[in-house]
Amino acid sequence: MSKEQQAVARARKAFETGRSKSLEHRIRQLKNLQRLFIEKQSVISDAIKKDLNKSVVGTQLYETLGLEGEIGLAIKKLKEWAAPRPVEKNLMTISDTVYIKPEPLGVVLIIGAWNYPWAVTIQPLIGAIAAGNAAVVKPSEVCVHTAKVMEDLLPLYIDKELYPVVTGGVSETQELLRQRFDHIFYTGNSVVGKLIMEAAAKHLTPVTLELGGKSPCYIDKNCDITIACRRVAWGKYTNCGQTCIAPDYILCEPSIQDQVIEEVKKAIKEFYTDNPKTCPDYGRIINQRHFKRIISMLEDSTIAVGGDNNESDCYIAPTVLRDVKPEAKVMQEEIFGPLLPILSVSSLDEAIKFINKGEKPLALYVFSSDKQVITRMADDTSSGGLLANDCLVHFSVSSLPFGGVGNSGMGCYHGKYSFDQLSHLRGCLIKQLKMEGVNSMRYPPHTTKKLGWARFFILQTVDLGWVGRMALLAILAVVAAVVLQNYFL
Amino acid sequence: MSREQLVVQRARRSFQTGKSKPLESRIHQLKSLLCFISERQKEIADAVKRDLGKSERGTELFETLGLEGEIKLAIEKLAEWAAPRPVEKNLLTILDEVYVRPEPLGVVLIIGAWNYPWAVTLQPLVGAIAAGNAAVIKPSEVSSHSAKVMEELLPQYLDKDLYPVVTGGVSETQELLKQRFDHIFYTGNCTVGKLVMEAAARHLTPVTLELGGKSPCYIDKNCDISVACRRITWGKFVNCGQTCIAPDFILCEPCIQSQVVEEIQKCIKEFYTDNPETFEDYGRIINQRHFKRLMALMEGSTVALGGGNDESQCYIAPTVLKDVTGESKVMKEEIFGPLLPIITVSGTDEAIQFINEREKPLVIYIFSNDNKLIKRVIAETSSGALLANDCLVHYSVSALPFGGVGNSGMGCYHGRHSFDQLSHLRSCLIKQLKMEAVNSMRYPPHTAKKLSWARFLLLKQVNVCTLQRMALLATFTGLAAFVAQKYLRSR
Repeated sequence: MSKEQQAVARARKAFETGRSKSLEHRIRQLKNLQRLFIEKQSVISDAIKKDLNKSVVGTQLYETLGLEGEIGLAIKKLKEWAAPRPVEKNLMTISDTVYIKPEPLGVVLIIGAWNYPWAVTIQPLIGAIAAGNAAVVKPSEVCVHTAKVMEDLLPLYIDKELYPVVTGGVSETQELLRQRFDHIFYTGNSVVGKLIMEAAAKHLTPVTLELGGKSPCYIDKNCDITIACRRVAWGKYTNCGQTCIAPDYILCEPSIQDQVIEEVKKAIKEFYTDNPKTCPDYGRIINQRHFKRIISMLEDSTIAVGGDNNESDCYIAPTVLRDVKPEAKVMQEEIFGPLLPILSVSSLDEAIKFINKGEKPLALYVFSSDKQVITRMADDTSSGGLLANDCLVHFSVSSLPFGGVGNSGMGCYHGKYSFDQLSHLRGCLIKQLKMEGVNSMRYPPHTTKKLGWARFFILQTVDLGWVGRMALLAILAVVAAVVLQNYFL
Repeated sequence: MSREQLVVQRARRSFQTGKSKPLESRIHQLKSLLCFISERQKEIADAVKRDLGKSERGTELFETLGLEGEIKLAIEKLAEWAAPRPVEKNLLTILDEVYVRPEPLGVVLIIGAWNYPWAVTLQPLVGAIAAGNAAVIKPSEVSSHSAKVMEELLPQYLDKDLYPVVTGGVSETQELLKQRFDHIFYTGNCTVGKLVMEAAARHLTPVTLELGGKSPCYIDKNCDISVACRRITWGKFVNCGQTCIAPDFILCEPCIQSQVVEEIQKCIKEFYTDNPETFEDYGRIINQRHFKRLMALMEGSTVALGGGNDESQCYIAPTVLKDVTGESKVMKEEIFGPLLPIITVSGTDEAIQFINEREKPLVIYIFSNDNKLIKRVIAETSSGALLANDCLVHYSVSALPFGGVGNSGMGCYHGRHSFDQLSHLRSCLIKQLKMEAVNSMRYPPHTAKKLSWARFLLLKQVNVCTLQRMALLATFTGLAAFVAQKYLRSR
């Protein structure tokens, strides 16, 4: 048996003992996870620094703070989320117990990504634990140092049989994908996403795919361009553009292009100093392969800001490209790097048309003071999420489902959505063995009269609140009549 | 270009015109669908009679009544379902608009099944239309008469570009599956389910798979066996057992097996007379292939009741098999026919073990007066749904999500769940270009001080309502203090 087969078999055996199901167990594991982030902050930061050159504060701000919030939320709300959810009754079920019961699925496979290795690998894990599952955690091998830290640390805090960490590359992942899971949660790119879903199909395993795409960013000429560009610059260059919801490219009218460039330049200087290379808050490209990939995108575009780079360091300066054409290399795939192309469009119409020619993105950004512009953008396009007048921050609103549509993914998570995504929401109807008379309308021989009754019961979607009130009124009237009668007689 | 390619392309072009999106259009199409069902009841019933031997009233009761209910519900609730859904705010979004916006996905492929050809093909369509999509409808070729009627009649009621019907067999379906859809809704068996999901993976198309399995039915010895058996008999032999949620087999203690057999015998006689073969409310097996499959399943088991059959008519009598074991032929696959095996178990423990050794079914049935026992079965098993003390009827509770888990399927529908399943629930956060100072805590250079602000604003799970009440209270207190002060001063 391979290492992967063993890990999965052990996780399944552990799940079958039932110990991941009790709320106490789930909360205990979540609290342990909480402690990990408090106690091992510096180990985590060191690894991130080596992988992505992120600063200690940057790691906290962008990786672990959000996780702490999600764990805290899950602990606080678990009882509510896991409780049976009563549903609306109809005339046929008026005396029955009808509810939806959230239940664990079994063994979940979580395949993480390298860009925010803790955030995108642990956040699904929170949902998996909260929902009562076992979970096999497969961090991305690309963020080498973080994968090692995860492999070393997680077993010290959470149940190592229920939640094993399996490290490795392509062949280890393929071996994992041959095993049977009850859900697979993958974060990464569309190409591998398709392979994951194909592998899942062989076992009829449902999947959540958090993919990517080119997230457009439309800047209306009638808005506060300074603030808009500040927010766009922050959204773009965080983690060196290696964010699934980074604004991939800008669409704006030619009349404001120069101003946009100017403002983005100012913001870059404010955030990363005159020399981003030496600024501790400016990151690096994850590896040379991606470095080369990104640099080659510069080939047929005009650099307006930045452009300098250093291969040995995997350093690419915050870069803005102007007058970019739709056919340019930089527009052929998701950039996932610190290059910000600006494409000119003559109007909102043209922007919308351009966006709709491409695949549905994970996020769509629109900067405007005009509500109508925002509404039109929302109505005439499709994307995982839509954020007006800022970048990235919808990620931290846990009451919003975070996920893609079309090529940007399927399924969603964050907050209660993580819990629901990794649960089976089982319909439960508890009837009694009484009132058999009512059922006669459904039994053969089928007659028109019986059918008439069935029609009444199934189609009369009566508001039970109203019926209840009428019934109460009727009872009160009868009681009053009886009392009066007794009194007067 | 193949016929299938053309149809899908036309549907997509139609969708892109935007005409499926306005609520008025959706309601208009749903009302037309309702007209279709009421005006064409006869054609529908005729087709189902030829396909499955079902009586006209049986077709109304088990196919179209439920559809009517779903269409009416969708029409009534559409404005509510399609409206933006505001969500809970946090400190950072207190001034923003935060909501989830249901949007159409695009072009949906609906692959129907043959057992309830109208119900399982049109009910997903109700959801697709309600959610603002276009939909390509592929009825099962096995229920050939119904497929033909659907192909001829639906275009007379619904927009034929947005909701085309494509008939055909395996190769036409495969050609359809090569095209790109925004969602595929399949009802049928696991084997084909896997192929559908694999095809969908190539385009990253999400799927809903309504599959099947062997739905167990546990009868507790301490319950009203007479009523229990009546409900089970009905659930089993409706449509000749060809129901995805039919009770597949019975588990019970040996001491009540004879009583169970006797009660079922009584019910069969009550429902289907002494001679079900000539009785109009008893159906037929869909075709000879399935007839032969079912006859072979009986091999090696003891027939307690029924067993009569006629291949030329695809008739199999309501049949009960006793003393069946887990290794019997009839326990190797979903029966989907009028054979009801009884397997004896020593008690609830063994019943639960038996159930858990097998794939997760679409539904588990448990007959008992003991609430504790029911809760135990719920807690220790997994299934699409669980129904205590009856069969099938959870199907018509539209507030309950109808779907499987594991081998019995993924995704769910009925009522609002259909709408949500075939929509994209898009997160929307509308901020303003003001209050930029608040954002300074997130911009580099990152400092410990800024971080602690971020920590405060992100982690404080403040109940906004409480905040508002506190704010109101503070305002009143301030006002009261102000007024009191003025009053005292003037005195």
